[in-house]
Amino acid sequence: MERKEWPLWEVFIRSRNGLDHKHCGSVHAPDAGIALQSARDVYTRRQEGVSIWVVRADQIHASDPDAKPEMFDPADDKIYRHPTFYKLPDEVDHM
Amino acid sequence: MTQANQVKTEGASRFALSRAVPDAHPYSAHLEYVLRLADSALILGQRLSEWCGHAPVLEEELALANIALDLIGQSRLLLTHAGGVEGARRDEDQLAFLRAEREYRNVTLVELPNGDFGQTVLRNFLFAAFQRSLWEALLASRDAELAAIAEKSLKETRYHLRHSAEWVVRLGDGSAESHARMQSALDYLWPYTTELFTEDAVDQQVAAAALGIAWSSLEPAWRACVLPVLTQAKLAPPGRSAFASHGKLGRHSEHLGHLLAEMQHLQRAFPGARW
Repeated sequence: MERKEWPLWEVFIRSRNGLDHKHCGSVHAPDAGIALQSARDVYTRRQEGVSIWVVRADQIHASDPDAKPEMFDPADDKIYRHPTFYKLPDEVDHM
Repeated sequence: MTQANQVKTEGASRFALSRAVPDAHPYSAHLEYVLRLADSALILGQRLSEWCGHAPVLEEELALANIALDLIGQSRLLLTHAGGVEGARRDEDQLAFLRAEREYRNVTLVELPNGDFGQTVLRNFLFAAFQRSLWEALLASRDAELAAIAEKSLKETRYHLRHSAEWVVRLGDGSAESHARMQSALDYLWPYTTELFTEDAVDQQVAAAALGIAWSSLEPAWRACVLPVLTQAKLAPPGRSAFASHGKLGRHSEHLGHLLAEMQHLQRAFPGARW
């Protein structure tokens, strides 16, 4: 008998107080409906979330790990991109 | 007499009693009714627990364990309530672990073996559809405790129904192999659903007192829920047969005794054991 693996789905959960869905793991499932159910059963057993996204793992395009130097290193010495050089009015306590 | 011995003796005397009058109804209608709910949830919870370590994939292992724990949670509340209705100071553990087979009031459907994964989810589907209409009706029970348990359980049951229906459709309308297995599971399980809706004196008395709803009146809602899903799954229920099961009257299939032997072993061997 031919054995086919179910596709992998990446699971993103929005927690009760969180604003964004955050990646929390993955499940194997034959389709999106079952993937959502499985994600609910595997990742929200302890009140971790109020909303779930699932995305087929093969639909995610990832940056190339070998391209890390040219992708990310140039940001290292551009401290002026952080908004830390502005004088804040006294009325603004925390920013 | 130590507490442990006392528990043991009580268990033994109840066993003797139940052997002497196998089909008697020593309980009030109210207690019978609550025990039917409690035991059906307990026994299905125990059955589903058997999948632990054996499910086809990790994801479904967790799903079945979640459902099993929901059902055991429901049975704990219901058994505690039953103990209160009975007024004989039996707690949930004594009711769950120290009754004899014929004192269990679960419907026969839930004590049947799991079979394969398809048969397991199909049974879950048939039973969750029943439980859902039951909980919805019990929200209006004059028994406030029962109404509160129904409210808590309804959300759980809605998920059980959703989970199982998704699988029934996928497996029924799946490969030739999965379809054949689901149809034979339906042929096997369907005759046991008749028992869910047969009315008796317990139903009538409880309904008359507005403590619960007569199970027979739930059949139209149950069929309206179950039949469209089966159609979508390309499964056809077998025709009505003369077969009748009587688990809720305490007359069980050959399967319950084996299940209880495993479930009760620890409390029978070490009465009052806790962890």
